[in-house]
Order: sequence, then structure tokens, then C-alpha cells
Amino acid sequence: MDLEMNLNASHSMGTTIIGVTYNGGVVLGADSRTSTGMYLTDNVYVCRSGSAADSQIVSDYVRYFLHQHTIQLGQSATSKVAANLIRLLSYNNKNMLETGLIVGGWDKYEGGKIYAIPLGGTLIEQPFAIGGSGSSYLYGFFDQAWKEGMTKDEAEQFVVKAVSLAIARDGASGGVVRTVIINSEGVTRNFYPSDKLQLWHEELEPQNSLLDLLNSSSPEPMNI
Amino acid sequence: MNFMALKQPENSLLGSESDSQRTLYPYVTGTSVAALEYKDGILMAADMGGSYGSTLRYKSVEQMKPFGKHSLLGASGEISDFQEILHYLDELILYDNMWDDGNSLGPKEVHNYLTRVMYNRRNKFNPLWNSLVLGGVKNGNKYLGTVSMIGVNFEDNHVATGFGNHLARPILRQEWHENLSFEDGVKLLEKCMHVLLYRDRSAVNKLQVHIFLYTCRLHLLDKSS
Repeated sequence: MDLEMNLNASHSMGTTIIGVTYNGGVVLGADSRTSTGMYLTDNVYVCRSGSAADSQIVSDYVRYFLHQHTIQLGQSATSKVAANLIRLLSYNNKNMLETGLIVGGWDKYEGGKIYAIPLGGTLIEQPFAIGGSGSSYLYGFFDQAWKEGMTKDEAEQFVVKAVSLAIARDGASGGVVRTVIINSEGVTRNFYPSDKLQLWHEELEPQNSLLDLLNSSSPEPMNI
Repeated sequence: MNFMALKQPENSLLGSESDSQRTLYPYVTGTSVAALEYKDGILMAADMGGSYGSTLRYKSVEQMKPFGKHSLLGASGEISDFQEILHYLDELILYDNMWDDGNSLGPKEVHNYLTRVMYNRRNKFNPLWNSLVLGGVKNGNKYLGTVSMIGVNFEDNHVATGFGNHLARPILRQEWHENLSFEDGVKLLEKCMHVLLYRDRSAVNKLQVHIFLYTCRLHLLDKSS
């Protein structure tokens, strides 16, 4: 007895967020139209999309719970616990929240794990996850280019490429690319400003001013 | 239900949508589940797709889970609600085990429990947005039943949810018979899933099949095109 499908399903959530596993840990990435990797605990970070207020309050609560859990447990929390806490909040308040989250972390029991928690509060563990409005443009890219068992550098470059591709096409994503790498050794945060990203179709080399072009040796108008 | 164009008169008894807590619409959904009884037990199949509106977003979603000693639950509809039902069932089975009296909840009892849960949620206008298929074998007795999101429940030799109601059940009605062999049962179920793949836009070509025997439980992942 299925009633009408959700007519609001593909909600625009102004950003692009990505999480991928590699052999040894996880890499999280996002554009800068959101505050990227939000710290939940030392070894678990979350990417937020959707309503900024909603995703912030959920992350704040989970950070608070995880902190207490860590004290009680006597060791670092696992990414599974963090993901399930987020799921509980997302699911039980599904009427009021509009937030899609990707949790990524490393723990000694399961290694690197990525969990996606989309609208509605479904919890789904995946080798990689994408979210936000920019993710619409990445399904094909991931279907074609994703492979298991990448190295840390391959995985990071892959994430940077993906976010950059999404930024190129999604009006609601933009700015710079930020990544967070989490593995047994700890956490590394990286930053890729727009000029470090490769150019895609119909994009031109950046120029400071028209005057530079005109004064250069061979000015070529409309250099497409 | 999402009455986007519903215009209420000023003195309406319905109240505004923000008044009460209610599941308004599903987000991530699984499509049809089909199941049948065969000679030695139960066969249940569903694909592994999780749709997000019209996007086939997730392709490794498990729409069926065994639990307890005797039962198998399959669900179509909102995946988060299905995951929540599994949590309820974990608690149910836990309490059942804690009695430690040698008895265990069979599929018929669980079916009844789920019917009550679904119906009571429906009465509060806050349904679990799922259609459930409950199958299993206890003490040599096969059982197969279904519960919808509004609490409609019944038991039958073959059931299906979602599009399966329209596409699979006619096939099952025509071709099912008592004492189906395992091979015939599998072929029949695969035929149903084939038709669903052709005609249901949310179907994906990756199936999960559960086999419930008198004596044991098997679970297969089958990628077919």
C-alpha cells in the first residue's frame, strides 16, 4: 500500500560533501559553502549539509554525548557510535530537521568507516558517500571512477577532483576545497584554494585584469 | 500523505500540519518485496536499491533481515522506519530470550506484534511508512504474512508489497502450487523479480534472497541482470 512518493525528495542542500574510505582510513571533503569537517571527537569527523542550523545543533549534541561516552568508556569512541547517535537524533526528529550528514572516522576495531545519514534518518554504511546539492553531478563520476583500496594520496586527490567537479556545475557549491584525512596516525586537514584546482570544460585561466591580457604579447580576445 | 494543495476552511477540525508530530512522507525507500511458501520452507526476495525520490541513490540496501530463531522480516518503504522496526524487534527478542523458558516467539506471534505496532501508529497519524512481509518456520510449520502501513494484515501462501502487488501477485496466483520444489520456487520468484525490473522504475538489478528451511537459514546475494 504505497501512497504517493515524496514530491520534495531531492532537496537542494547548498553544498557538496564527500566521504571515501581507502586502505588505512578515510578522507572527508567538502566545498567551503559550509563548515566542512566538523570535529566530533579526535578520530571522528562529520560533513554537514542541509539546514545549517539543524546540522549544527545535531553535531553539537552528538559531540556532547560522545564526550561523555568517551569518559565513561575510557577510550576513544568509534565511528559507529557517532553515526548511530546522529541517526537517533535525525530519525526521532525527522519532522523538524532537514539535514544530511556524512560521518567518517577511524577506530582500532573496524579501521576507516564512512556512514551516510540522509534526510529521514536512515543509517547506511558505505565505502564512499556523497551528499549535498552538488552531489547530483557526481553520481556518474563515482560510478565510473571509484575503486576500492586506493592509497591515501590517491583517495585525497580523488576527493579534491570530485568536489572541484561539483563546484564547477553546482550553483550552490563554491569557493575552496577542504579535506580531512583520518587514519591510525591521526588527523590531517588540507586546503585547496581555487587556483590550485584543475580547469574543467569551458573554464578559462584566471586573470587579474583585462589590462593584463591587453598588455601581454599577443592579446587574444575571447580565448575560449 | 502530502496534501500539497489542501486548502482548509477557517473552522476546520483537521488542524494545521505543524500541530502534530507525524511522518509526512518517505525519503529513502525500498521497492517491492516478494515471498512464497515452498515445500521445505519460505523464499523471500527483494532488490537492494534505496531510492531517494527518483534518484537510485543507494544500491546495497538490505530490505530483509532474519531475527530470532524462526523469523524473517522484509520491508518496502522508508528505510529509516524499517531500521527502527528492527530495533523494536531486537528488544522483543531480547525479552523473549530473557524468559529462558525454552519457548521462543514464532513468526505468527511476531506478525501479530507488528500488526499491533503498525495499526497503533496509524491511529496516531504517525505511521511507520513500510509494507512488511513476515515469514518463517517454527516446529515444522511454515508461516507467511504481511502488514501494511495502515495495519491491514493477512496470511497467505504468497505475498508481495508495493509494485509487487500489481505485477508479482498475478503471476504467483497463476503459478504457485502446494509443494513447490526449491528450484521451481526460485524460478517463480525470479520471474516475479524480472517483471518488476522491467516495469518498476525504482527497481535495480541486484537482488537479495533469503531461504528459510525447516532446519536452517540461508542468505544469498545474487547479482543478476
